[in-house]
Order: sequence, then C-alpha cells, then structure tokens
Amino acid sequence: MSPSVPLQEMIRAIRSARTQCEERGVIQRECATIRAQFRQADNEGRSHNLAKLLYVHMLGYPAHFGQMECVRMIASPRYSEKRVGYLGAMMLLDEKQDASLLITNSIKNDLANSNQYVQSLALCTLACMGSAEMCRDLAPEINRLLRASNSYIKKKAALCAVHIVRKVQDLGELFAPSARCLLTEKNHGVLHGAVVLITELCECNPESLERFRKTVPDLVQIMKGLVISGYSPDHDVAGISDPFLQVRKCEIMKLILTKIDTNAFNLIYVFTIQVATNTDSTKTVGNAVLYETVLTVLDIKSESGLRVLAVNILGRFLLNNDRNIRYIAMISLQKIVGTDHNAVQRHRGTIVDCLKDQDASVKRRALELSLALVSASNIRSMMKELLSFLSSCPPELRSQTASGIFIAAERYAPSQRWHIDTILHVLTTAGGDVRDETVPNLIQLITNTSELHCYTVHKLYRALHNDISQQPLVQVACWCIGEYGDLLLRGECQEMEPVQVTEDDVLDVLEAVLQSHMSSPSTRGFALTATMKLSTRITENVDRIRSIVSIYGSCIDVELQQRAVEYNALFKKYDHMRYSTEWLGQRFLVFVCSTFSAGLSPPICGFPQVCDLLDLLGGSEPPLQSSPALGSTAPLPVGTAGTAGGDLLDLLGGLEPTAIMTVLLSVFSVAPTVSVYDKDGVTVTLSCEKQSDSGLSITLTASNSTDSDIRGFTLQAAVPKVCISASNKILAVHLKSSFSFQVNLKMRLRISYTSQGSAVQDTVQVDSFPGLGH
Amino acid sequence: MFMRFLLLFSRQGKLRLQKWFTPLTDREKKKVIRDMMMLVLARPARSCNFLQWRDLKIVYKRWYASLYFCAGLEDHDNELLALEVLHRYVELLDKYFGNVCELDIIFNFEKAYFILDEFLMEGEILETSKVAVGVSLEEADTLQETMEEYMSKPAY
Repeated sequence: MSPSVPLQEMIRAIRSARTQCEERGVIQRECATIRAQFRQADNEGRSHNLAKLLYVHMLGYPAHFGQMECVRMIASPRYSEKRVGYLGAMMLLDEKQDASLLITNSIKNDLANSNQYVQSLALCTLACMGSAEMCRDLAPEINRLLRASNSYIKKKAALCAVHIVRKVQDLGELFAPSARCLLTEKNHGVLHGAVVLITELCECNPESLERFRKTVPDLVQIMKGLVISGYSPDHDVAGISDPFLQVRKCEIMKLILTKIDTNAFNLIYVFTIQVATNTDSTKTVGNAVLYETVLTVLDIKSESGLRVLAVNILGRFLLNNDRNIRYIAMISLQKIVGTDHNAVQRHRGTIVDCLKDQDASVKRRALELSLALVSASNIRSMMKELLSFLSSCPPELRSQTASGIFIAAERYAPSQRWHIDTILHVLTTAGGDVRDETVPNLIQLITNTSELHCYTVHKLYRALHNDISQQPLVQVACWCIGEYGDLLLRGECQEMEPVQVTEDDVLDVLEAVLQSHMSSPSTRGFALTATMKLSTRITENVDRIRSIVSIYGSCIDVELQQRAVEYNALFKKYDHMRYSTEWLGQRFLVFVCSTFSAGLSPPICGFPQVCDLLDLLGGSEPPLQSSPALGSTAPLPVGTAGTAGGDLLDLLGGLEPTAIMTVLLSVFSVAPTVSVYDKDGVTVTLSCEKQSDSGLSITLTASNSTDSDIRGFTLQAAVPKVCISASNKILAVHLKSSFSFQVNLKMRLRISYTSQGSAVQDTVQVDSFPGLGH
Repeated sequence: MFMRFLLLFSRQGKLRLQKWFTPLTDREKKKVIRDMMMLVLARPARSCNFLQWRDLKIVYKRWYASLYFCAGLEDHDNELLALEVLHRYVELLDKYFGNVCELDIIFNFEKAYFILDEFLMEGEILETSKVAVGVSLEEADTLQETMEEYMSKPAY
C-alpha cells in the first residue's frame, strides 16, 4: 500500500500529467489508496483523504464511495474533520440519496453545539441539501436559533429558514413571528436575512402578506436611513451604503405592494425620488440600485409621475456607454412597451441605433424592442432600418427578423406595392430563413393585387434571373411567371423599366431552375407547373415545353413524375382544347392548375366573387352570375359562372387536389345520361362517371330544342359541402392529405333563362346518379 | 435574488468550483456545466455580461485573464446586482489569499468553498460586510488549528 500523498501533492501530480490517460492513471491509484484508507477505522489524515476525493470529484470522476466517509466525519468531534465532512456532504450528497438521512442526527446535535462555527456548519449544510423530511425534523431547532442572541447565528438561521420554507411551504407559519422580530435588528446581515425570509413567506402564503403589510413603513425608514445616512465603511460599495440591502428592500416592497393595495404609495414616491437623486449612477452598483427601484415602480400600480421618472431613468440607461446597462434598459422597456407605448416610442432612435451594436445579446434585445415599436406612423423608416439590419445580422437572428418584418408589413403596409417590395427584399436577402407559410401567403397577396401583376412578375423575373438559390423566392417567382407569363412577354409595364423578354429566355430560366441541384423537390414542382401553364400563354415554343415536360415523365421523384405524366396526357388528348378554352375565361385552366400546384384550400384562396352556391341548398337567393348566352347545344362543364372558378372548389370542396385535375380531364367523356330537367324544349341531362376512388366527374348538358334563342341561360349546380375538420392549414405544395368520408351525393340545379319573352326559373333536385354503383 | 448555481471555470474548460443552490442530478449538473462553458467561452471580449439560456439569465465575468465566474439567475432577478455579487466574492478571495490567482483557487479549493459559504447561502447573500466575513473566516481557521493541535497531542 503506497503512502497517501497530502492533497496538494496529489493536485500537483494530476496537473503534471501530460495526457488524459496519464491523468486517469494517477487518479485511479489515488482513489484506490483513499478507498483502502477509508476502510481503516482510525486514521490521522482522514480530512486530507476526503479533500482529495472531493478534488477528484470536481474533475468529474466518480466519488460515491466517499459518501459514508462524509457521514462518519461529520460525527467526528474534531472541527477540521467536521468542516471537510460537511463540505463533502454538500458536494456528494443530495436530498435524493439515502445517506443524507443519516446525517440528520448529526446536524441536530451540531445545531445545539456551544461553538457557533460548528452550528454554522450544520446550518449551512441543511440549507444546501436539506430534504423535506430533514427540514420538517429540524424546523423547531431553526426557529429557536432565530431568536438566539448571537447575530452570526441569527443571520444563518434566517437563510436556513428560507430554505425550509421553500421546501415545505406549511412551515412558514412557524417562522412568521420570529421573522417579524428580526426586523428590529441593527446588524445588516441579519436584516438582510430577515427581509429575504419575509419575502419568501409572503410569496408562498398570501395570508402573511396582511401581517407584514404593517412592516412597510419600517422598511421605508430603514431604506431612507441607508440612502441618506453617512458613510459606513463596512457595508460600503463604491460609495453606496449596502446596495445589497437596499435592493432587497425594494424587492420586498414591490412584492407587498403588488399584492395588496395600500396607501403606502406616497412613501414609495418619497423614497424613490431620494434614491434616484442621491444614488451615484456612474458606477455599476449605483445603477444596480436604480435599476431595482425602476423595476419596483413599474411593477406596482404607481401613479404616472413615478412611471415617467422610471422611464426617464431607463432612457438615461440607454445612452450609457456600458453595454450591460443598455442591455438591461432594453429588457425593462420590453416589459412595459405594451402598457406605456408612447413613453417608449420617445426612445425609439436610440433603440434602433442599438441594432448596430457589436454585441449579440444587445442586438437581440434591440431587435425585439424595435419590432414591438413598429407602428403605422413610423413603418417606412423602421422598415428601412430593419431591412438593413437583416442584411448584416447574425444568422441566429435572421428568421426572427424575417418573421417580425412580415408581421409588421402585413399590419401596417402603407401600400400594396410597398408591401410586395418589402417581402421581395426579405426573400432576396434572407430567403433561406423564412418560414414555410411565407410562400402561399405571398402568392395570395400577389393574386389579390391585380393591378400590380405586371410589376410583380417583371420584378420576380429579374430576381430569378440573378439568383436561383433562395428557395422561397424561386417558388414564388416560378408561380408568378407561370401565372402571368403573358404580361411578362408583352414587355410593357407602367411601374418600372420593362425588360424585353423572349419566350426562350423565360423557358431558359425555368429550365435552369428545374435542373439546378440547389432546387428542392417542391421548387421543381413549382417550376414544372409553371412551364406547363406557359403552354397556354406562349405560341412558338410549345414543342420545347412538351419536351421538357416529357423528360420528367421518367423522373425519380414520384411527385414530379405524376405531374409530368398528367401534363403529357393533357398535351396528347386535349390539345384541341388549348385555344378553344378562350370562352371558358382565360384563367380557368390556369386556375385549376394553380390550385393543384399550390394546394390552396378554398377558404385561403381568397378569389374574389365566389358565388355561394350552397345557398341553393338552403333556399335563399344568391346573386346570380350570367354566363355567355347560348344559342345552341353545347356541352357545359360543371359550374360555369364566369367567375374564376371559386364555385368549382365549393362544389368539390373537400376532395383532393388531384380530383380537380381528374374532373378536368374527363370533362368531355361520354357516359350514361339521365335527364334531370325537361320543360318547354329546354332539357338538361346529367351524366357521371366514376374516374377514380376519390373522383367523380359530372357532366351537365343543356340543349334547346325550341325555335327561338334562349337568352340569359344560367345553370348553377350545388352539392352538399362536406365539412372536414382540422384543416385550416395551408396545404403546402405536393403535400397531399387524404380525407375519406361517406357522402350521399345530391345535387340541386337552378336553371333560369328567358324564352320567348318570358323569364323562367326552376330548381331541380337530383338524388340518384347514373353510373354509380349504388 | 435567487441564484441557481455558481460556477468557476478556466479558459481551457476545467471546472474550479461548482455550487448548486437547487437539487439537480449528477447528469443534469454535467449538462449545465457543459452548456455554460460552451456559451461563455464562445463570447468575444468586451461583450455584454448577460446571456439568456433556457429560462434563466446567465451572468458571467472574466477575471485574471483565464478564470470565468458564471452565475445562473431566475428571470425576475437583478443582473447588475449579480455582477456586484461576483465582484464581492472575488474581493473576498483576494483578501483571504492576498493577491489571489487561479493557482490559489486550484490548490486550496476547499478554502474557496468555505469563503463562499460565509458569503452566500441558499442562493442569497448572507453577509453584506466584507469585514465581518473576513473575521469569521479567521476565527474558524484558528479553531481548526487549535483542535488539530489539541487532538494530535499524544495522550499518555
């Protein structure tokens, strides 16, 4: 057995180990020695051994075998062994260990020891790791010590009592009377402990608040004494007498006054003014006290004069050179920006300057506060600042900045164009950090501002031309080009300098997006759909589009492949339809495709003039839209009403997006028909065909067999809307959710027309559909 | 003010002192220590001394070029005062050891704990007077020697 090395030599040995491995070796040897020596009953160097073990523990190595040794050493009569034993108990034992219960008795004995330092050891350990049972056992002892004559013990007992109250709330009652007495002490340590104890009692037990409310005048008196009275060298910190005690007093007053309505406000007023004027704010400690008073004033329901004073102090803090002071000023202002908005607005300039500070913590606070200060009047200047911040801010703050900018822009945008510009700016600078909902939101916004379509598409085209790496930007740009490509190709634009773009250029850009390795699958989906949409808009390069699309018919990505195949089918089967869809309304085909690609569900779509066909089912009169007058038999696709097809969605609300495409494709197929309306030569027949498990296509054919023209023919059809819950999220592109439900399909038709001078209006209900299995 | 923990660690990531004022498991303690070291050691010079970590405020101060003092506070606490507390602790160490440096704290770590226990308890300040803390430490030390001397006297 090698001789044990005293603590310092061991530390030296460990530190001189050059590698981790060597260090482990030294520690293992030492631990073995220590373990062996623990087993020996009597040993001179016990405290040294335990100290060594504690050092090893601090380095991170296991030391649980020392727990029993701690227990033994605490029970030793020697002070040095007790001291290290208690230290070991605080480091190695905690309330969850069983061994901690073993020391309860030792602590109890030591609390009654004649020597105050032994008592203090016990108090300290109990406060550090006392479990609830231990606290309950020893609470009466602590209470007795609170009334002892020794102030050294009293102050320790006070904080020990705080620990007990935090662990076991019910014991608060026990300490309340003693706590009250402690307030009359002169000793600052005891006073401090007393204030903490009373604070804790008030926090956990509202009834004691009443009892201690009478102490408020005393507290203020003591505070005044501290602030005004002379220099006390003991407690002085840079000229402030006992700032710790001062702060503690503020806290307790804040606590009492927030919970109870008292008339002590005038007292608070007086003392706050005194603190503010007498405290030297050039040093941190003075600022600490001022800060605390400010917090107190802002937390309690003080009158406006005091609040103004507090906000002014915070304003002064904002101008301080010390970063710490600026930081805490912004934290406090953040708390009151909701209630005292105008007061904080006055300091907006300084806050915005803090955005340019080097320090990341200060930047973060400045950002939060700036976003809270944005209002309708300062939106333009604030947005300039925020956008320049976005380009230079640290990466962890980018997404927060971006979303803050979006929210602010949405709320206070002075004009649509400004709004779109702002969003585009954000997408170009920080496109990778924006949230997913941004893309559909932006698409919706663009759609709604029809007068700016030309401007938007030009701008987006330019942005896309420059950079195709920012995914949200690319997605929006693709969608826009697909949708408004004709405006782009036309080349004229009032709002900005137009760029002469040929069809080939546009297709080049879209192809680049499709082929780029930086594009995500959803972006490729957008680009493919956009390319497809352009096939209705451009005249010369249809073949090129067809070849692009057919390449993706064998793409690995299933989503893209499906789209490409379906688009190909459109090319093959319905090519003749391409230009005869004029009368459908230019954007009908487009709309359906875009619905498919963007996956927007009806409520979020926001298309104007959605005719509520459901009213048909309810029986009330909806505003009717007139369709082009028909003079001859012509097949009608479902729900023509001259609108952008919002009706279509209403009719089919709840079906999957693919179903819409399916409907489109089968619009002209022949199927068993049934006549649903036959009157005076006007007939309407219905045929339906089950396309897939989720899709049903219905064709209504109206024919006129009279001699004269039928004018103002309107046909409206409605099916019961199926309500599906939990679906007001935007369906992101290529994310399909399937809804399965059972519906008894009914349809109600309203037919109105003018024939031979008389207006006819009829409503027919169709309950059974041919071609369905049941 | 309710301090949750107080840590001292060196620039190289070695822990020199740890004091926990709330019960945590060993694993949680290790996690906190790792996180604190990562956060604090990554801060550039001349930055703000306050951080936000989970739901706590972290106050840290760098002393003696290589030693970091790091304290975790609750949300409603006064950070400037916490800085003062750290400052006061350094002053106490200085007074006790006489021009303290990191080596003193390494080789006499148990004394650093004793000093801390005279100054803070249960996360709160125990004694606001520097002089009083110094006096009680001295007396406790003399007590230690006296008893040791007494006990090591051979009993014939």
